[in-house]
Amino acid sequence: MNSIILLAGTRLLVALLLVFSIFMLLRGHNTPGGGFIGGLIGATGFVVYAIACGTEQARLALRVPPENVAMVGLGIALFAGVMAIFFGDAFFTGQWLFIGATEDDKGLPLSSVLVFDIGVYMVVMGSILTLTFALEEGV
Amino acid sequence: MSWLLAFPIIIPFATAVIAFLNRDKPTGRWWSVLGSLLLLLASGALMVRVLQEGVVAAQMGQWAAPFGITLVADLLSAVMVVITAITGLAVAVYALADIDTAKEKLGYHALFQVLIAGVVGAFLTGDLFNLYVWFEVMLISSFGLLILGGSREQIDGGIKYVALNLVSTILFLSGVGLLYGMTGTLNMADLSLAVEEVENQGLLTVIAVMFMVAFGVKAAVFPLFFWLPASYHTPAFSVSAVFAGLLTKVGVYALIRMFTLVFDHDIGFTHTILLWVAGFTMVTGVLGAAAQQDFRKILSFHIVSQIGYMILGLALYTPLAIVGAVFYLVHHIVVKANLFLVAGVAQRLTGSTDLRRIGGLYKSAPFLGFLFLIPAFSLAGFPPLSGFWAKYLLVKAALDIDAWFIAFVALAVGLLTIFSMTKIWGEAFWKPHPDGVEPKLNKIDRADLWPLLLPIAGLATLTVIIGLSPEPFVQFAERASDQLLNPQAYVAAVLGGAS
Repeated sequence: MNSIILLAGTRLLVALLLVFSIFMLLRGHNTPGGGFIGGLIGATGFVVYAIACGTEQARLALRVPPENVAMVGLGIALFAGVMAIFFGDAFFTGQWLFIGATEDDKGLPLSSVLVFDIGVYMVVMGSILTLTFALEEGV
Repeated sequence: MSWLLAFPIIIPFATAVIAFLNRDKPTGRWWSVLGSLLLLLASGALMVRVLQEGVVAAQMGQWAAPFGITLVADLLSAVMVVITAITGLAVAVYALADIDTAKEKLGYHALFQVLIAGVVGAFLTGDLFNLYVWFEVMLISSFGLLILGGSREQIDGGIKYVALNLVSTILFLSGVGLLYGMTGTLNMADLSLAVEEVENQGLLTVIAVMFMVAFGVKAAVFPLFFWLPASYHTPAFSVSAVFAGLLTKVGVYALIRMFTLVFDHDIGFTHTILLWVAGFTMVTGVLGAAAQQDFRKILSFHIVSQIGYMILGLALYTPLAIVGAVFYLVHHIVVKANLFLVAGVAQRLTGSTDLRRIGGLYKSAPFLGFLFLIPAFSLAGFPPLSGFWAKYLLVKAALDIDAWFIAFVALAVGLLTIFSMTKIWGEAFWKPHPDGVEPKLNKIDRADLWPLLLPIAGLATLTVIIGLSPEPFVQFAERASDQLLNPQAYVAAVLGGAS
């Protein structure tokens, strides 16, 4: 699409959307957000870019095929569930690591739940981009 | 213990990821075979455990029973998972020769493995909403498989398939919602206790009928089967084989599970409907097949007619009838998948599946004829093959409770099945090929021949084994039926503090 307004807007929006999607992903554990909504926002970033500059450019910017992003995401989500086997727990039991924890402070909590959310993020983003790129190229 | 139940679901998903990332390389298809082999091992291990210890249950994520997602395996679930793994392996090997690289690049193997994961998940879950999720997994991946290649008739069949299945999904979901509103739980074991305390039993019957329609669409029973013959003859042969073997059977499994465990409060009403449905399904399916001229369309209509037998077992609701239904399920999956695989080889040799345009297979490829006869006669119920025992059990169960009419219908449908099988035999095998083609097996590339014939021979051997020594299988089905009709062990395993 040849629109200077859209192109100028895209430059601002894409970076903002991508950063915001990571922010949504990370805050999602205890507050509204998470992998699904983060993935949608991230996908929106690339979709806006594709509308402004064409899907070819958007594919280049993504560097890997969107189908692969989705499938690797599925693998990561699966791995997050399987992690529990190393600790003798049931499938999908959350595993926690508290970095720098003291008696009265939990420090920085990292969990396999977050890994699962990252997997979901990639699945959602990859599938949405697969669909929209295919549709835009078909038009 | 919990991992034994989780692995049959994890393995196909992991295989799907690896196979998809290797979709451009020839190793991709071997990953699919390897994954199917591992699934067979995992399901075998699960089966051994269930045989030794009875019903096993596990809580995912260690959320206790009525709240979290439970995976449960009783004998019926375990045997369905094993038979899914066997069919999956057979079709994965067959696909080595059947699926071209264009379809592989589009992700055939990944979709296939996700479909297997969905089927296994549906068999193992003990949670009603989770069952819905597995149905969705199956629907999405099977739609992908159905339209892979994108020919006009594939899209046509795919649209009908998805449209009707979505109707079923909506009914299923509404039923789940209403049931949750009435009982406050979705765990199947918990539900089986909770429905007894529901005051408004009339509303419960309405919900039961909603589930019956929803699963009935999935299982392709009369009058909801139209999507099946409209779509099953269009995709690749590997795809229609795995669809024919497994997809409708998940619907039958769900019917058996729900109408023995949860909805057994008004058997006189619900199971009478099922009995009529069973009769009409058998008859319309077999008559529909008689009118067809295409190899795969005839087989598709026969799926419908055979589903009727399984529903008949559930509808009669005596211990022997349930034995027959379980036996029939196992026998049918093996036989039906195999017939579609044979149809694939026949199409390769003769160039078509239209019976009017092919022929001469018996003269030039007698071995294929032999391999076709085993599942075909088994389907029609010839002694001593597996189908004979399956039909014998069901007819005996019907006669035991003086249901003369339905027993007569079952026998008459068996006779008409022979008519269809002899039609295929006469047209595709005996009649000379109208264009003078000599369909010899050695025309197929040697590298393709083994992957095509090995699964067919393997499944045929299984049919013969079940037929010649039915005793252990019937005994197994008796134990499974006992568990289904006395769900206390199932409920205790899920709710009774097992972690």
